[in-house]
Amino acid sequence: MTDQSSDPFVIEMRGVEKSFPGVRALQGVRFDLRPGEVHALMGENGAGKSTLMKILTGVYQPDGGEIRVDGQPVSLPSPQAAQSLGISIIHQELFLMNHLSAAQNIFIGREPRKGLGIFVDEARLKRDAAAIFRRMRVDIDPAAEVGQMMVARQQLVEIAKALSYNARVLVMDEPTSALNETEVEHLFGVIDDLKRNGVGIVYITHRMDEVKRIADRVTVMRDGQYIDTLPAAETPMSTIIQLMVGRELADQHRATGQGTAHEVLRVEGLNRGPTIRNVSFRLNKGEILGFAGLMGAGRTEVARAIFGADPLDSGAIHIHGTERKIATPADAVAAGIAYLSEDRKHFGLVTGMSVRDNVTMASWRRFVSRALFMRDDALGQVAQDYVRKLKVKTPHIHQETRLLSGGNQQKVVIAKWLLRDCDILIFDEPTRGIDVGAKAEIYRLLEDLAEQGKAIIVISSELPEVLRLSHRIAVMCEGRITGELDGRTATQEDIMTLATRRASAAA
Amino acid sequence: MTDTAVQTAAAGKPGFFTTSTLQKAVAFVVLIALLAFFSLFAPNFATGSNMVGIMQATAVNGVLGVAVTFVIISGGIDLSVGTMMTLTAVMAGIILTNLGMPLPLGILGAIASGALMGAISGTTIAKLKIPPFIATLGMMQIARGLALVFSGAKPIYFNDTPNYGLLSPESSITRLIPGIEIPNGVMIMFIVAIIASIVLNRTIIGRMIFALGSNEEAARLSGINVDRWKILTYAICGGICGIAGLIVSSRLNSAQPALGLGYELDAIAAAVIGGTSLAGGRGTVIGTIIGAFIMSVLTNGLRVMGVLEEWKIVVTGVIIIVAVFIDIVLRKKA
Repeated sequence: MTDQSSDPFVIEMRGVEKSFPGVRALQGVRFDLRPGEVHALMGENGAGKSTLMKILTGVYQPDGGEIRVDGQPVSLPSPQAAQSLGISIIHQELFLMNHLSAAQNIFIGREPRKGLGIFVDEARLKRDAAAIFRRMRVDIDPAAEVGQMMVARQQLVEIAKALSYNARVLVMDEPTSALNETEVEHLFGVIDDLKRNGVGIVYITHRMDEVKRIADRVTVMRDGQYIDTLPAAETPMSTIIQLMVGRELADQHRATGQGTAHEVLRVEGLNRGPTIRNVSFRLNKGEILGFAGLMGAGRTEVARAIFGADPLDSGAIHIHGTERKIATPADAVAAGIAYLSEDRKHFGLVTGMSVRDNVTMASWRRFVSRALFMRDDALGQVAQDYVRKLKVKTPHIHQETRLLSGGNQQKVVIAKWLLRDCDILIFDEPTRGIDVGAKAEIYRLLEDLAEQGKAIIVISSELPEVLRLSHRIAVMCEGRITGELDGRTATQEDIMTLATRRASAAA
Repeated sequence: MTDTAVQTAAAGKPGFFTTSTLQKAVAFVVLIALLAFFSLFAPNFATGSNMVGIMQATAVNGVLGVAVTFVIISGGIDLSVGTMMTLTAVMAGIILTNLGMPLPLGILGAIASGALMGAISGTTIAKLKIPPFIATLGMMQIARGLALVFSGAKPIYFNDTPNYGLLSPESSITRLIPGIEIPNGVMIMFIVAIIASIVLNRTIIGRMIFALGSNEEAARLSGINVDRWKILTYAICGGICGIAGLIVSSRLNSAQPALGLGYELDAIAAAVIGGTSLAGGRGTVIGTIIGAFIMSVLTNGLRVMGVLEEWKIVVTGVIIIVAVFIDIVLRKKA
């Protein structure tokens, strides 16, 4: 350890700045990496980890700051430039060509040639790939088709590909999110080997146990800012969690209401593959139930399953005390359930259609004359009503919804479900892509709806948002509900502890 | 501030220069330019009888174009419109000539058989999740084969049904504009276009078709029974193909079972030239009719100028690509 800390840095990022329209994604961020070191990068969703790594790997260009490789200032105008300096990234979603072999994937675009450079030298291709796998001490057939492999092996192919570029710096973005215990152990073995060979690894993760297990240092980011860098072994988990959540809660508005005791929705024993495992909960009239958890914890999957958008393996859904069979979204809507997706542009709005048509879409059948004509005057009137009630800022109701701001788009989707008389509203990341001012307005709107007796589920990755809105909080991790908290007393630390409680650790 | 927003919302009307009106305008300008060009440079182009000829040549493609416009707006494609047209013509022939039934039944039979074939395509697409391109490629061959089987691979003549000829683009019982005869087949095309336009713009069917084509998943998640509307869309397309089958067989006074291949590409071309987006969600019937006219004016004009027939095919190809390029440019700007 002491030896290592005197090593020169292979990567130094200082004062890195990056803005996107309307957002300061990174402010004066620093990060460095030594050869043969695993440096964990931690922070909540949206803290700026991915943006920082996209800058390091040449995907984004920084607005300011300096990047040094081996002490020399460099610019990284493209992923190719980063790669030629030995910097590679293993993305959370793998970018492999499923129908090609492992060897073909590794050397794609750089195939060894023979016969006047016309033919691919398949034999050498396989030999070279096999050599890399041998160095990694993994047992993968270079000729095997990648699409037929388990995710864990595909990931190893990605790592092999990075090594084939003589990578000295490897960025791994949540590499264990799709792996089981044994596969994780195997990956850690590979990482240990890489370390011994002097490869520096930036390890993005949400999982405390992994940081403890393999990281040498931890850097914590929050809200686009650098917070601190600490030795992984000596720092207690609770300290890291505190640094990640950071904000003072004292001055923050908290949910005060409680909902009624009148049960509207009860979900029992929901299962769907590995993503939803034995999920049960209840929701009362006038209540806001928060769903917290890290990305991939299964919250969206639960919402989609309740809404009939994805089929269930097992489980029962009771609405107002009676069990309802929900196989399609049409069934769910008929039962009074509405789902407001985080991805409004794909799942919520028909962006090429007008405000009027979007607001009324779920209720069109109520506005049809005998001869199948749409009663456009009536449609316009109700749309106008809701535009006024929800204060949607649009020049007129014939405006295409893609031209509205995020907050106003969200209001249009809300209006759609209010018009349809749904009394169970499931909001998935209700304020994603919405600016701060409009956020407060959406919060008030949700509170008003709860007061009017709607039963509301809010899925959110922003802890302050969950705490701000929820009367009760269900926390998920790896498809399970790992705990339920009272919204009035819960802390961010409570939530993070439950959100990182893996089944194996809990058992 | 919100008050003013609400007030303007009340006063607002749809903007005139939306992309689709712009695209229609582009197609219309191209049509006028072509007419002007040929009038100047082709001596016998701008005569009444030649104009009638152009309209006659447009009728079948125009109707098929309208049929496929429904499907394309819904986000699909139908490659079987040409051979479905043939099959419906054969059905009319069987009903009228082989079975000797009255004319209205023949008309009904053609339209109903087209709608049925369309509904079958729609069902395979909606329920079996076969991509529209494949499902209708299959239907193209099925309809072609059935037309040959049902007719015994021989033309069926309509000699027993003298009134049948009234449906053709050659016959005319009206003189709306002095000096220019509007042939019946062309009248039928315009009537189909007007009704189709009303259905698309004013009825729940049209609203659903646009919603499907713009964002099928959002429609599904709004509780809309997407499958049912999709099947209906293909059925409507098939039904309109039945009308095209009547027009084409009336002109030939026979159902020609070997006809039909290649018509689907002209129909799709007419829709695309007229500004209907193959990505779905955007398009107009009027645009398609203009597109069909552009194609016949080109064919006719080049022929009158004495250009080799083969060149017309080349020019049509260029026009399709240019039309889609304009579409892309306009969409980027919007």
